[in-house]
Amino acid sequence: MPKDHGIGAASKRREDVRFLTGTGNYTDDINLPRQLYVHFLRSDIAHGEIRHIDTSTAEGMPGVKRVFTGKDFEGVGGLPCGWQVTDRHGAPMQEPAHPVIAQGKVRHVGEILAAVVADSRERARDAAEAIEFDIAELPAVVDMKAALASDAPKVHEDLTSNLCYDWGFVEDNRDKVDEAIRTAAHVTTLELVNNRLVANPMEPRVAVGDYHRATDESTLYTTSQNPHVIRLLMGAFVLGIPEHKLRVVAPDVGGGFGSKIFHYAEEAFVTFAARQLGRPVKWTSTRSEAFMSDAHGRDHVTKIELALDADHNFTAIRTETHANMGAYLSTFAPSVPTWLHGTLMAGNYRTPAIYVNVKAVFTNTVPVDAYRGAGRPEATYQLERVIDKAARELGVDPVELRRKNFVTEFPYATPVAVEYDTGDYNATMDKLAEIADFAGFEARRKESEARGKLRGLGVNCYIEACGIAPSNLVGQLGARAGLYDAATVRVNATGSISVMVGAHSHGQGHETSFPQVIAEMLGIDESQVDIVHGDTSKIPFGMGTYGSRSIAVCGSAMVRATEKVIAKAKKIAAHLLEASEADIELKDGQFTVAGTDKSVAWGDVTLAAYVPHNYPLEDIEPGLEETAFYDPANFTFPAGAYACEVEVDPETGKVTIERFAAADDFGNVINPMIVDGQVHGGLAQGIGQALLENCAYDANGQLVSASYMDYAMPRADDVPFYAVDHSCQTPCTHNPLGVKGCGEAGAIGSPPSVVNAVIDALHSGGHKVAHIDMPLTPSRVWAAMQG
Amino acid sequence: MTKVSMTVNGEAAEGEVEGRTLLVEFLREELGLTGTHVGCDTSQCGACVVHVDGKDVKACTIFALEAEGAEVRTIEGMANPDGSLNVIQQAFQDHHGLQCGFCTPGMVMSAAALLAENPKPSEHEIRDYLEGNICRCTGYHNIVKAIMAASGQDVSRIAAE
Amino acid sequence: MYAFDFVRPKSLNEAVEALQPEEAMALGGGQTLIPTLKQRLASPSKLVSLKGVEEIRGICRDDQGRVCIGGGTTHAEVAAGVPEYPALAALAANIGDPAVRNRGTIGGSLANNDPSACYPAAALASGATIVTNTREIAADDYFEGMFMTALEEGEIITEVRFPVPQAANYQKFEQPASRFALVGVFVAKFEDGVRVAVTGASEEGVFRWTEAEEALSSNFSPDAVQGLSVPAEGMIGDLHGSPEYRAHLVGVMTRRAVAAAG
Repeated sequence: MPKDHGIGAASKRREDVRFLTGTGNYTDDINLPRQLYVHFLRSDIAHGEIRHIDTSTAEGMPGVKRVFTGKDFEGVGGLPCGWQVTDRHGAPMQEPAHPVIAQGKVRHVGEILAAVVADSRERARDAAEAIEFDIAELPAVVDMKAALASDAPKVHEDLTSNLCYDWGFVEDNRDKVDEAIRTAAHVTTLELVNNRLVANPMEPRVAVGDYHRATDESTLYTTSQNPHVIRLLMGAFVLGIPEHKLRVVAPDVGGGFGSKIFHYAEEAFVTFAARQLGRPVKWTSTRSEAFMSDAHGRDHVTKIELALDADHNFTAIRTETHANMGAYLSTFAPSVPTWLHGTLMAGNYRTPAIYVNVKAVFTNTVPVDAYRGAGRPEATYQLERVIDKAARELGVDPVELRRKNFVTEFPYATPVAVEYDTGDYNATMDKLAEIADFAGFEARRKESEARGKLRGLGVNCYIEACGIAPSNLVGQLGARAGLYDAATVRVNATGSISVMVGAHSHGQGHETSFPQVIAEMLGIDESQVDIVHGDTSKIPFGMGTYGSRSIAVCGSAMVRATEKVIAKAKKIAAHLLEASEADIELKDGQFTVAGTDKSVAWGDVTLAAYVPHNYPLEDIEPGLEETAFYDPANFTFPAGAYACEVEVDPETGKVTIERFAAADDFGNVINPMIVDGQVHGGLAQGIGQALLENCAYDANGQLVSASYMDYAMPRADDVPFYAVDHSCQTPCTHNPLGVKGCGEAGAIGSPPSVVNAVIDALHSGGHKVAHIDMPLTPSRVWAAMQG
Repeated sequence: MTKVSMTVNGEAAEGEVEGRTLLVEFLREELGLTGTHVGCDTSQCGACVVHVDGKDVKACTIFALEAEGAEVRTIEGMANPDGSLNVIQQAFQDHHGLQCGFCTPGMVMSAAALLAENPKPSEHEIRDYLEGNICRCTGYHNIVKAIMAASGQDVSRIAAE
Repeated sequence: MYAFDFVRPKSLNEAVEALQPEEAMALGGGQTLIPTLKQRLASPSKLVSLKGVEEIRGICRDDQGRVCIGGGTTHAEVAAGVPEYPALAALAANIGDPAVRNRGTIGGSLANNDPSACYPAAALASGATIVTNTREIAADDYFEGMFMTALEEGEIITEVRFPVPQAANYQKFEQPASRFALVGVFVAKFEDGVRVAVTGASEEGVFRWTEAEEALSSNFSPDAVQGLSVPAEGMIGDLHGSPEYRAHLVGVMTRRAVAAAG
């Protein structure tokens, strides 16, 4: 019988009521008295030297308050990068300056050239068109390999080349891996592209800056996944505002998927301009602007080699990846192709020797950073594609080849520096076989063939490292921040609870799932607990929501804080019950003296804490509020097995997803309904990457897919109902809830099975196609069939 | 500036607009009805869908002046008279048909328009009808399921209940 | 958007009058024009909304049996209102999405002549007549290349008259992002021959595939066009498909349209 409350219950989401009635409070819904509007004049040239900007006409236009250019930001800090990668030779990465407004040069289409602040949006835009500028166009660097040629134009002239870093992992494994590949019974090689994507949360970014001169306080309302991170980065590194004078509010946020982690120029600009002008300044991105100013995702080009012995045991993996950084280093960009990618190259398999080489490259394109999965989809895709190719080359069943090489004993230390604490990959594969109905596939294939369609089945596994991350570890790896999280549990006098959490909910349903945990621990009703998030003036601290970390890290902090609350409440209860603290038990909201019928209710204890007339004041303070910071001991390792069934129209190359099944192991699950939803959404994004989405530039650095007219977003008729299951649960061993995180799994795990399925379908039709790069658009599939 | 008047969610509404003022701008900025959202500028995402004279339209692709005298209904006017969620809204909550909530107003308005013309749509008909509503969070599974449920269909056998 | 005057004439005469200044533009359903204005790719001094011009809305049949659709008739109205021409109704029912179909008009679509739009294929394959406030234009004379038509400045499409074929079908292969036609083929079989119009594919906009028309006129079956192909040269090549792919799809969609027309 499923639970109807607390941990494990499919509690309906309380936040839905405001979203369903149009009463949410998104950043663009915020309008302040005397607010001004900024329009950013953005470069339509990918690479060029700014010779001249004349704003005089614009400044005289109706409604214009001020026009800002790079000159106004000469004394202002640049946008900081939060992760420093050290290269194969021990040298730090090349790290260019990242100005708020272009200084001297423009380096990608969409870079801010100037900003007009006026009393209306349209007037600001009118004036922006009156800005005269002269940019001497330079050759654009777009292709990563060409960018590394010795005579390539440099994106940043003060750097030695366009190479950000050349990273080797684990460098000590290199010779061993080379040797294993040289002596292998079989080596499968695959070159592939992990296509550049745009995160595309449905809410475009918005930022409103406000300033009160009397108190010298700045407030930034922004569409962020992590307001404290923005406060720290912008306050300390860009504008020099101390934290106690800077408040960052991220109210209802309409999706993020990584793209709203980063600190962006527009946030710094509105905060800066509000201080300069003494009036609020608002920016609302259009979707067109979003395509050229939100950080993009993925964009790796990889060669992977998988070595196997005569018994088909994996013996070594060697990869070489070129990773696009774009024109500047976005906040966490360097970590994505390295620590979030190289550490996952073992996948679910026992491969004794692995070497990963990553060359990060600057190009004249929009900066690239984390997008749902971030590095882990890239690792999973190449590994699960090369395994499928190997199975085909060897003439063995791709599922059996995987099973044969599964890690089965835990903890398992991979050759790429991480230790999997738990897992059961055969169990998720068994579950997948059941929910995907492998047994019925051949019959379905025959039925498709009877209709002139090719049907294919593709399977893959995935593992991810979530719950990011142990601070001392990531500090050694180059992170310039800690990655703990924090929660304050404030028990009110009558027993209701406000929980201030550092995680930020922008679709994940924290306002529902977090109270389920506390209600379970205290034995009170979920409705007695409210979550407060997204405002640096209300919550203690927080590193925010990304990397499937909210419940694993912030949830753990909340548990620890609640444990402190319980400990104190037991002391109070012991006093009220005139019993020993050690004998007090908490169950169903009642404190009871063990073995007796003497009890006191939760609300009586909390009231005593705030009205301490009968209270052990000599031992403990009044009040009942506790804070905990939780720093995880290890990553968590969600894992699973996915299956996709496609039909290919052999005449047009059009691929239709007929069935999709996902068997995940997320450890313990707080709210299964929300977990299902997270997987569904991830699957659609992964299917989108595999079949539809492609952020494309031409050779001149012009963005070709610059709107939904050319960037194909998955729509309702592109996807089927999904079969998802998370009943295989090996709880995480090192956090108090035994949870692993589920936000990214769908996006990480789905692209390879889609591509594997299409390749399988084509082979069934006699087309011996080894690989097609994503997205598998009809035209690409058709072209592949033509040979 | 030109005077415009219309009925919004059953109440008379009027204001002064420019020729270029879109209906969605009038709703959000003049009337403070911020439930209707703008998610794109190419008339594709559908976050701004409202009903004008009973028909679903994209409020970002109609000028306020074109709605002169019209009956406009927005997400704020969808709940039952007592303030409780209507059947569609309740089905979206019951079946987790929303996550970040940004596309949700448009989804609900499109769903209402669909059910008005087709009271028991099939899965295929629902997916087809939602061609102009993009959601990035849900993968559509629970949206389609919620609309089927709102139309009184049994959804208990749909995968991953 | 740039600022403009907005006028709402109540009659065709008022609309024609309002469109006199060179910088004035007619606004049909606005489903293409409004996004264009948002990008500031057009700067009319005045927009003349045709929504209030009742005389150019509605569907009727003339004494020659033609389906006559007012230029201001929406796609949704056509989808529901031409049971005697199911291929045309089906085409209208699959333009854009429901909300777009509730605003977008046949006159607006034909006046814009987007190379990937559906209506131009229907008009050309049906041998329709485009009626304006000043004249009647045969479809064969109307389409003059991408976004180019025979319309003069200020001329308004008041009606489109479609002869009803014995059999017809439209097959649209959608561009995955925009959902416009990557290739769309409208096949219409009349007593005196077959007409085949292709949209989405050519750099010249909608065109008639005469070779297929001849083959189908003598044998209206998919087999008749099995061996035929259009040259890739002159086909659109972009992110979504090469000229060769589009040329290939023209053949596939034509065969499917013939098969579906029966």
